[in-house]
Amino acid sequence: MIQAILVFNNHGKPRLVRFYQRFPEEIQQQIVRETFHLVLKRDDNICNFLEGGSLIGGSDYKLIYRHYATLYFVFCVDSSESELGILDLIQEMDEYFYAVLYGSEYEQRILWHTATWRSSPAPLNERSQTEYLLCDAICVFVETLDKCFENVCELDLIFHMDKVHYVLQEVVMGGMVLETNMNEIVAQIEAQNRLEKSEGGLSAAPARAVSAVKNINLPEIPRNINIGDLNIKVPNLSQFV
Amino acid sequence: MALKMVKGSIDRMFDKNLQDLVRGIRNHKEDEAKYISQCIDEIKQELKQDNIAVKANAVCKLTYLQMLGYDISWAAFNIIEVMSASKFTFKRIGYLAASQCFHEGTDVIMLTTNQIRKDLSSPSQYDTGVALTGLSCFVTPDLARDLANDIMTLMSHTKPYIRKKAVLIMYKVFLKYPESLRPAFPRLKEKLEDPDPGVQSAAVNVICELARRNPKNYLSLAPLFFKLMTSSTNNWVLIKIIKLFGALTPLEPRLGKKLIEPLTNLIHSTSAMSLLYECVNTVIAVLISLSSGMPNHSASIQLCVQKLRILIEDSDQNLKYLGLLAMSKILRTHPKSVQAHKDLVLQCLDDKDESIRLRALDLLYGMVSKKNLVEIVKKLMSHVDKAEGTTYRDELLTKIIDICSQCNYQHITNFQWYIGVLVELTRLEGTRHGHLIAAQMLDVAIRVKAIRKFAVSQMSALLDSAHLVASSTQRNGICEVLYAAAWICGEFSEHLQEPQQTLEAMLRPKVTTLPGHIQAVYVQNVVKLYASILQQKEQAAEPEAAQDVTQLMVERLPQFVQSADLEVQERASCVLQLVKHIQKLQAKDVPVAEEVSALFAGELNPVAPKAQKKVPVPEGLDLDAWINEPPSDSESEDEKPKAIFHDEEQRHAKQRQPEAEEEELARRREARKQEQANNPFYIKSSPSPQKRYQDMPGVEHIPVVQIDLSVPLKVPGMPVSDQYVKLQEEREHRQRLEKDRRRRKKKDKDKRGKPRRHSSLHTESDEDIAPAQRVDIVTEEMPENALPSDEDDKDPNDPYRALDVDLDRPLADSERLPVQKHRNAEATKSLEKEDVRVVEKKVKKPRKKEKKHREKEREKKAKRKEKEEKEEKEGEDFDFWLSTAPLPATAPAPALGEPGANTVTAAPEGGGEEPRREERGDEDEDGDNERDPEKKASKHKKKRHKKEKEERPKDKKKPEKKQPPGEEAAEPVENGALADEPLPPMSSYCLLAENSYIKMTYDIQGSLQKDSQVTVSIVLENQSSSFLKGMEFNVLDSLNTRLARPEGSSVHDGVPVPFQLPPGISNEAQFVFTIQSIVMAQKLKGTLSFIAKNDEGSTHEKLDFKLHFSCTSYLVTTPCYSDAFAKLLESGDLSMSSIKVDGISMSFQNLLAKICFHHHFSVVERVDSCASMYSRSIQGHHVCLLVKKGEKSVSVDGKCSDATLLSNLLAEMKATLAEC
Repeated sequence: MIQAILVFNNHGKPRLVRFYQRFPEEIQQQIVRETFHLVLKRDDNICNFLEGGSLIGGSDYKLIYRHYATLYFVFCVDSSESELGILDLIQEMDEYFYAVLYGSEYEQRILWHTATWRSSPAPLNERSQTEYLLCDAICVFVETLDKCFENVCELDLIFHMDKVHYVLQEVVMGGMVLETNMNEIVAQIEAQNRLEKSEGGLSAAPARAVSAVKNINLPEIPRNINIGDLNIKVPNLSQFV
Repeated sequence: MALKMVKGSIDRMFDKNLQDLVRGIRNHKEDEAKYISQCIDEIKQELKQDNIAVKANAVCKLTYLQMLGYDISWAAFNIIEVMSASKFTFKRIGYLAASQCFHEGTDVIMLTTNQIRKDLSSPSQYDTGVALTGLSCFVTPDLARDLANDIMTLMSHTKPYIRKKAVLIMYKVFLKYPESLRPAFPRLKEKLEDPDPGVQSAAVNVICELARRNPKNYLSLAPLFFKLMTSSTNNWVLIKIIKLFGALTPLEPRLGKKLIEPLTNLIHSTSAMSLLYECVNTVIAVLISLSSGMPNHSASIQLCVQKLRILIEDSDQNLKYLGLLAMSKILRTHPKSVQAHKDLVLQCLDDKDESIRLRALDLLYGMVSKKNLVEIVKKLMSHVDKAEGTTYRDELLTKIIDICSQCNYQHITNFQWYIGVLVELTRLEGTRHGHLIAAQMLDVAIRVKAIRKFAVSQMSALLDSAHLVASSTQRNGICEVLYAAAWICGEFSEHLQEPQQTLEAMLRPKVTTLPGHIQAVYVQNVVKLYASILQQKEQAAEPEAAQDVTQLMVERLPQFVQSADLEVQERASCVLQLVKHIQKLQAKDVPVAEEVSALFAGELNPVAPKAQKKVPVPEGLDLDAWINEPPSDSESEDEKPKAIFHDEEQRHAKQRQPEAEEEELARRREARKQEQANNPFYIKSSPSPQKRYQDMPGVEHIPVVQIDLSVPLKVPGMPVSDQYVKLQEEREHRQRLEKDRRRRKKKDKDKRGKPRRHSSLHTESDEDIAPAQRVDIVTEEMPENALPSDEDDKDPNDPYRALDVDLDRPLADSERLPVQKHRNAEATKSLEKEDVRVVEKKVKKPRKKEKKHREKEREKKAKRKEKEEKEEKEGEDFDFWLSTAPLPATAPAPALGEPGANTVTAAPEGGGEEPRREERGDEDEDGDNERDPEKKASKHKKKRHKKEKEERPKDKKKPEKKQPPGEEAAEPVENGALADEPLPPMSSYCLLAENSYIKMTYDIQGSLQKDSQVTVSIVLENQSSSFLKGMEFNVLDSLNTRLARPEGSSVHDGVPVPFQLPPGISNEAQFVFTIQSIVMAQKLKGTLSFIAKNDEGSTHEKLDFKLHFSCTSYLVTTPCYSDAFAKLLESGDLSMSSIKVDGISMSFQNLLAKICFHHHFSVVERVDSCASMYSRSIQGHHVCLLVKKGEKSVSVDGKCSDATLLSNLLAEMKATLAEC
């Protein structure tokens, strides 16, 4: 079982906090902090396993983490999970997240990641086969994401914590790995985004417009526009409800 | 209205969304908390809006704030509102928020039951999916119980996406509601062979997780998993299965034998490191399980160790780490093969990565032998000096101690060396483990008698050296060793060379800076020292010197008397008074030494840590019985009786005291001695008579060999341990020479042949070294008659214990999941529904209980036979599987040894049937392996289908392969006649129509909120081998009753069924009907048209049916309190009618249950064989019943606001009752 999934940046700011076991909010924050301090101390070129000890549950649990550029991805798992398996999973998920974060720049980064992953010469041959497959799936996914987040800018996407959660939900459910097949995950996320979009329809249009305006970064958004006398004639209002 | 909405939404357009919030927080770095509290205020405003989009946005922002550590539980109700939004977009936000912040303590969580149930049965797979995902995070025992059946139905959903989620969430349900495991297990097992790999993987996941906790229950699944392992290509699934096998093999060595070959093949062939690693791991587990029986697997061990070495030598730190981890597992059983790689492990100790160093340390633990212990510890000590971080250093320290003390100091040949190491460790600054060192010192000094003299000399040196005391203030950990040092010096003071010096050291003013508990020990042991000095001086006839010592004591002790620590203070003042008294006596030249040392006469024996627990309760002693009657509650004046009692006792004592005197005292003393003699925990002053009872020889009986005096007793300078390395080398050399000599003389009579008491692991190197001193290790005392049990470790609160159930036993009816009735498909406010649910439960519960109780008796008898048979059979199957040779595709491994042996082992279990089975096995091994697990999966069902099967053996597979999920509910009705259970499980579903393609069962439910609508739930079950699609449901509307059709379609159009049915699958569709008048029952004619597609092509088919809307179906179970009920009856505007049914044998309880269930009533009140019941129609008619049971008849009087409705209802009820 996976007990917790944490993503935070180099300064320990949480980007995603997902516990599969109940902890009060303060404890959650404390765990994030402690975990951050634990992994921060470690060099990049040492192994990715850490005995969590006092944090969650005790000695049966391990922290498995990866560090990419500005982000740490930490899984807290018990002995039923395969250490390397989880690493692979983080790798995959990480690539999803990067796709979310960097959109079209993504493909270059993929190359960079695989490069770091393969920094060790020996497993290169053994891994390459699976990883190429993996890249294929990702390319499909990148395109999907590009479609979902049209005209996306980097900062804007960092802010989509909810979306990252939705991706995560397709991979891990209630602490257990739900799906490891890329194509399947991509397809499901795509379908859900389509569904959401179709629901948005007309009524979401004004909100989108505003959000677009906001993204232009006006110095100050006029908060109190008086629209009290607005008198629009709308022929069919039933869809608005 | 609509316009207002538009305006509202434009107003809210400028609300912050999530992105604005994040941006805002980033822009307010200095006053983040203030900004967020402002945002929370805004969010609170937004949550008050009616617009669901606004609410969802607010909840979304809250989810973000939750991540930052803000408590958002106050918004739980709003989150539920958003969860119940009709749009997926919002629903998803709601469930996400819920999954982040709901937990068992959230009180509103019970309001979600109906919402979740609705979402689970939603036609949109993503609504269902999102509900399952959410539920997986916050499922509670209540939710699990109420929704278990719904989720189980979803396990057979048409969409794999839903199936896999439903399968996975079952694990959470099992945890919260363990009763669901047995009923759900057959289906879970089915899912292992699901065509969709995702579902399969989920099922493997769940079963592996279950089996990890209670492996023995899942042993019978081994053949199925074995098949999966050889066929699956999904690495994730493979890893899980292989891990599972790792847990199963210890229980069944034969399984291991079967596994070892495919696993070795995988090891050779796989390219995935993760898989390779897990394979190695499991092979190790197999080898461990086999090691007792067949030691002939050196090839496999070699392979594993070899592969692991490759991993460890890899530059990838992860692989290195895991390699070491796996290596430590091999070490436990095959230390020799690992010990060959000592160089590698020692090399890893120098690794820059702490995790790897720690793992290497673990390995060292198992690698030490008598031969290399000194060397390894030396290496570790050098690491201790180098280590920069305190955590790693502390870890090293504990490891050194672990390594040395393992298996009762098995590897230590020279305890002087060990004491030296411990003393050296005390120089560590700032360690947390001072107490560990102290414990070791105490342990060794107490248990190894021969070492005491040396230990005492070392300890006195420690007490003398100032560095420990000086360091006590800043780095307090290490001063703990002074505790041990003081105690050892005091207790074994007879061994001290210069006791006076030590005494002075212990009375230094600096000592008062030590922690209280250490000072306390100091005080106590100062007296012991003092006593022994006194004796010494008196024997030497130096009264002056003795008085000097006393004077010293009198001078120095007051510093302890002033201590803030109570313990120290108390002890010190006692001691001070004692010493002052002695001083007086000494002044009179009275010899006191004898008496003073009598205070500390006798020896302390170590007591085993578990001794207390192991004392058997004497016969006739009931620990739970009251000694005195407990005080009754009515006694309010507690003080008074107490005071009386107190007074009395005092008076008593006063009267007694003069008389008691000598004889009484003597008698008591005698009694106490008697008691002490029988009390195993009393520490005796002389070798106790109890020793006789013990199997093990007591301390005195062990021949104590004198210490080898080649070792200097007094070691000057601190780093002590090093010299022992040299000494040992010399000694080894000497011994070798001697051995050679002896060998030449051929006197080798195996002097070391004595069975070693504690060693279980023999390593080759052990035998090469004879210990420097044969040190007797005093065994710890155990109470007499101690129970040899190791069961103390089981935790009764372990949540997984509840899941330890026998899964092969056939299901009892009482174990079926509670089937919840259908709710109206339309959305309703969950609050009101909750009420209904609660009351329903109330009604249901007693029934269930009673049923269970009565059934148990009957079941026990009926089942015992059946069970035995089944188990036998099942066991046979499994044994058979184990006994068969591996699949023909894989050649038998040479490592396996004689393949013939396999069958031999299984033969005894197989019994007489074996040969016949064997034959069949030979015929088609492959097919058999496939069918075998299936056979088991359907065992339960098979029984039912037996006759059918005999009639048409050709399509054997069809009936047994899949149990149609919808039938689950309908099934008991059919079975009801078969088994004469007190209360057969009821189902409200009844048959609508059936042909060779499809079977339809239906149920009608109304809702109080929609006064003119009912929902018809139809379960469609595909009975053919064709694929059914394009299903369309249509009815001929009447004036009164109409089918709700999608907008824009005419009254003659059918409503498409939102799913397709593969062969053998069933699913449920819901249709809404609008009704004007409900007082009459009615029938509607309808048709289901569909396309049946099979290999030959597709055909259009039709099935006609008549939908019967009984009056009952318009009733909704509504709770009613008895006073409200009475008022209702009094009001008088109800018309009345009654019926009577004869020939009823059913119990009244069951009868009521039946009425409640089938006719949607609730019991208001029940007195003996008379009950009042209430229900309400969707249009608000009250229906009251008075049910009376006579000898063999039942009469029902009804009152209702509509006479026609009442008479129709009663007629329907009569029909139901007549069946009873």
